[in-house]
Amino acid sequence: MASASIPEKDQLAAALAEGLTSIASSSSSDDLRALMSALAGKKGAIAGVKASLGKVTVIEARKELGQAVNEALNALQDAADARSRELRAGEFATQIQADRVDMTELAMSAEASRRRGRMHLVTQATERLEDVFIGLGFQIAEGPEVETDFYNFEALNMPPSHPARSMWDTLFIESDEPGSVVLRTHTSPVQIRVMQEWPPPIYAIMPGRVFRKETPDATHMPVFHQIEGLVIDRGITFADLAGTIESFTKAFFGEGFTSRLRPSYFPFTEPSAEFDIRRPDGSWIELGGCGMVHPHVLRAGGLDPNEWSGFAFGFGIDRMAKERHGVNDIRDMYSDDIRFTEQFS
Amino acid sequence: MKILLSILREMADIPADPEVVATALTDLGLAVEEMDIVGTPVPGVVTARINRMEKHPDAAKVTRCFVDAGDGEERHVWCGATNMQPGDIVPLATLGTKMPNGMDIARRGILGIDSEGMLCSEVELGLSDESSGLLILPKDSPLGVSPFEVLGIEHDVVFDLDLTRNRADCWGHLGVARDLAAHFGVPLNGPRINVGELGAEKSLPVVIDAEENCASFSISYVSDITVGPSPRWVASRLAHLGMRSINNVVDASNLVMLETNQPNHAYDAAVVSSFRVRLATAGEKLTTLDGQERSLHSEDLLICNGADNSGVGLAGVMGDLHSEITDATTALAVESAWFSPDPIRFSAIRHGLRSEASVRFERGTDPNAWGLAAERFVTILRETCPTATLHAGATVVRTAHCPQLIPVDVSVDVIERKLGIRIDTDRIVSILSGIGFAPTVKGDVVSSVVPTWRPDCSEPVDIIEEIARHFGYDNIGKTVPNSTVHGRLSNMQQRRRTLRRVLVGLGLDEAMPSPFLAPGDLSNVGLPEDNVLLLANPLVADESILRTSLRPGLLRSLRYNQSHRAPRVGLWEIGHVYPKSDAQLPNESEQLAIVVAGGDAETALSQWNAICDALSVGAQLDQSRVPTGLHATRSATLARGKKVIGVVGEIDPLVLDSLGIEGRVSILELDLSTLLNEEPKPVQARDINRFPSSDIDLAFVLPESVPATNLQRALRQAAGKRLVSIDLFDVYRGKGVAEGSRSVAFRLRLQEEGGTLTDAILAEVQKACVAAGEKAGATIRA
Repeated sequence: MASASIPEKDQLAAALAEGLTSIASSSSSDDLRALMSALAGKKGAIAGVKASLGKVTVIEARKELGQAVNEALNALQDAADARSRELRAGEFATQIQADRVDMTELAMSAEASRRRGRMHLVTQATERLEDVFIGLGFQIAEGPEVETDFYNFEALNMPPSHPARSMWDTLFIESDEPGSVVLRTHTSPVQIRVMQEWPPPIYAIMPGRVFRKETPDATHMPVFHQIEGLVIDRGITFADLAGTIESFTKAFFGEGFTSRLRPSYFPFTEPSAEFDIRRPDGSWIELGGCGMVHPHVLRAGGLDPNEWSGFAFGFGIDRMAKERHGVNDIRDMYSDDIRFTEQFS
Repeated sequence: MKILLSILREMADIPADPEVVATALTDLGLAVEEMDIVGTPVPGVVTARINRMEKHPDAAKVTRCFVDAGDGEERHVWCGATNMQPGDIVPLATLGTKMPNGMDIARRGILGIDSEGMLCSEVELGLSDESSGLLILPKDSPLGVSPFEVLGIEHDVVFDLDLTRNRADCWGHLGVARDLAAHFGVPLNGPRINVGELGAEKSLPVVIDAEENCASFSISYVSDITVGPSPRWVASRLAHLGMRSINNVVDASNLVMLETNQPNHAYDAAVVSSFRVRLATAGEKLTTLDGQERSLHSEDLLICNGADNSGVGLAGVMGDLHSEITDATTALAVESAWFSPDPIRFSAIRHGLRSEASVRFERGTDPNAWGLAAERFVTILRETCPTATLHAGATVVRTAHCPQLIPVDVSVDVIERKLGIRIDTDRIVSILSGIGFAPTVKGDVVSSVVPTWRPDCSEPVDIIEEIARHFGYDNIGKTVPNSTVHGRLSNMQQRRRTLRRVLVGLGLDEAMPSPFLAPGDLSNVGLPEDNVLLLANPLVADESILRTSLRPGLLRSLRYNQSHRAPRVGLWEIGHVYPKSDAQLPNESEQLAIVVAGGDAETALSQWNAICDALSVGAQLDQSRVPTGLHATRSATLARGKKVIGVVGEIDPLVLDSLGIEGRVSILELDLSTLLNEEPKPVQARDINRFPSSDIDLAFVLPESVPATNLQRALRQAAGKRLVSIDLFDVYRGKGVAEGSRSVAFRLRLQEEGGTLTDAILAEVQKACVAAGEKAGATIRA
């Protein structure tokens, strides 16, 4: 490369050297910004060199000098950027130190101002049960809580004055025809409504509130919750009932749990059974009742027992919630006492 | 129902191990609630005679007894009981005896005087659950021997069965023994019978007037008896089964009932020698064995003395006090009848008298058990009266209403279709014959005859249940149905769950107060009380009304928490209300209510907004219709046209004051039967309008009497299709704004479809908005 020794070149080198020195010694971002506008601005030394370019007549030399000016400017900018990063890091470090909080203190005040909402233990248990049954292919049916004698008893194979009606302590509604309207004593009337309203096949569970004339104590409430299951299809057998109970047992309680059926009696099923769950430690939970839907009940639901067969099962939801959370007195669950509720976040 | 292992083992050769029997009972559906081992002798307890008794001046509550246990040594024993006298023979627990309750008998003294043992009651010996002092043994008891031996108390096992409603037959040991015999594959022998030679034919006359109520009535004549105490084993068994020993005749009658499930009654044949069974006349009097004079109902069934038509027993329930046998009785007329179950149940309920007999009749007894019952009665009686003679020619009157043997056919295929397992014909036949169903096979069909002791069976499905029970539920197997149905939540159920999560997210707790209200609960919160359903048989009067609103229950829970130092609770409930309707059933519907202590109208409105967003619903606020029970100037109905779907605002301060609740309480109530059942269509996307938007800020002075929503609606209309959003950003009351008005400022964001807004258009829109605002009653602020 041809080189021309011209005074502008020396000026440029001196200006660059001086500029780099002052950048390095700048003490704040603001200083640096001011310095840079002085060094690289229109009144700066480098600008002066640039302005004198026109005076250089040798094209080669002018070109060379122009390039040197650009390089000097770039070098200054690079140095300034680097110094700026240094300065900002230092400045933020101070700011960050000044920003310090005690996270544990914040956690406590966040806790104090937080408003927590909780679902009732029975609602939580109901949703858990629903989810398990949905996984097993069931849909969810609902029915009224105030029921007619027909749905609560008669259609369930308990004609008027049937002695088995005394298995439930019934709360009656005052009406022109005494005894004709009741607070449902079980979720089973929904079975009949579903049979009448849904075309088979039916795979349904029916959770809900039920009522008994019972004085509240640690294990009983006059208002509590049950879940009922109903399967109506072609060729449904007792073995299907046992298998479905087993599937539910494993899905809800866990793989280590098993189930057994033992003979019992309900007017609306035959054969009838109680079902027990065996815990992995070998102990048993007596859970609920079940059985093959009685032909009379199928007929009451408008189904032909020669074409359709099915099974039903039912058990209490409150007890599930009670046992899951170790609640000693079921009345606490219905106290709406925030001192009880707020334990369960 | 209490069942004794000793009686079962007399009737059938079943295993002796009580655990094995208990498991079998449970497997058969005869759930064992409790198993008690009873009558176990206590080593160290011996019979002793009280020689003399003394009082100590410093120990008023106890007596010093000096007893002789047959070894010639007089022992001194302190005793707290009062029912003994010198000469009585009582059980003495000698020093070192370990009592059934775990107590060790030691030389424990009172006032420095040692006690050399303890005199025992029945409870202390584990013979009974209650006693009223020492067990006084028979006068002729030998001394120094076990009182258990003296009393003939048998070591036994009592199973307390939780019998299901259908198993009437198991109210007698025979029914239980039959099931167990079939289960273990051993023959059923039934109770031991030994009546000796029959006496001369003797038939006492019987007339049945009430043929439906009394379908079978038999009288057996038993002569040459002497009334006296029962054999010890009879008294012991009765005691284990919860009955008291009376005399040999009554005890035999009771034991026969417990064994065979046939209630029976022995009359003094010298007093009653002919019988008539008729309905009572209303108001007719009868004094039952419990000493109560009862006024009878025209549907009560009476057993009458044929001689004078006077009542000698309330049929199926209890005998008459005056025709009871006496020590002078020498001949008996033993009644075994079959009464129709329902009338007996109603009689027992009417008279508040559920007897051992009535519980059996109301479940259904066996009309063919009378002969066995009479023979067993005489067999037991002959242990104390060897001369007792059962006479031939017992009277049995049957009416057309007597239960018959019912033939039922069921095919092996039907059984398989029901149970899901093929059980071969031989097995079916063996099961059914084991329990007395007399099966026969024709091809694929098993015909059986339901025995009269099983009134619960009449159809093929009943037979199938019997087969399944004895085949063993555990042996049937487990399969899963092949379903074509898909499990899912319905739209409504899904939306309810969304709603619950929104509520929890708002920091609100779910409450579940009782749906029963007391009279006045609704009117106390400002709601009508004339459309309620009443309970006909409430537990307590304070729970006699079915709620028509969730409000009273939630406010009660809120107040409860306030009074327990939780002043700022927020509670919600999703539940049913049951307002009366013209139809048979009420207008039951699902509602949501939220109350927040310390919350205000804005709290309730922001909850409503959150719910609207989550469920994609909306409604108009109508403050001109103030809901009852709510704050008159800080509440509104939520309406869709004329249909009210809820209320929002604050509880009437007057209501809060009367309930004793402090501070404001916000309320939001929604009819979920409307909101959850809606199925909003998914919102369809629009392309982003990339042209710049512009905002116009407009501040108006608006009289308090004009709802802000009127102004907003007017501005919205005036801005037209270019309006992207309109937000209230400032409200000001005070200096510079006239009293009775406020300044409200809206920011309207405008955007042109397909182009940039021009200043001219913006000015035009602004002009239109100002005009519309003025028309709505507002004045633009300078």
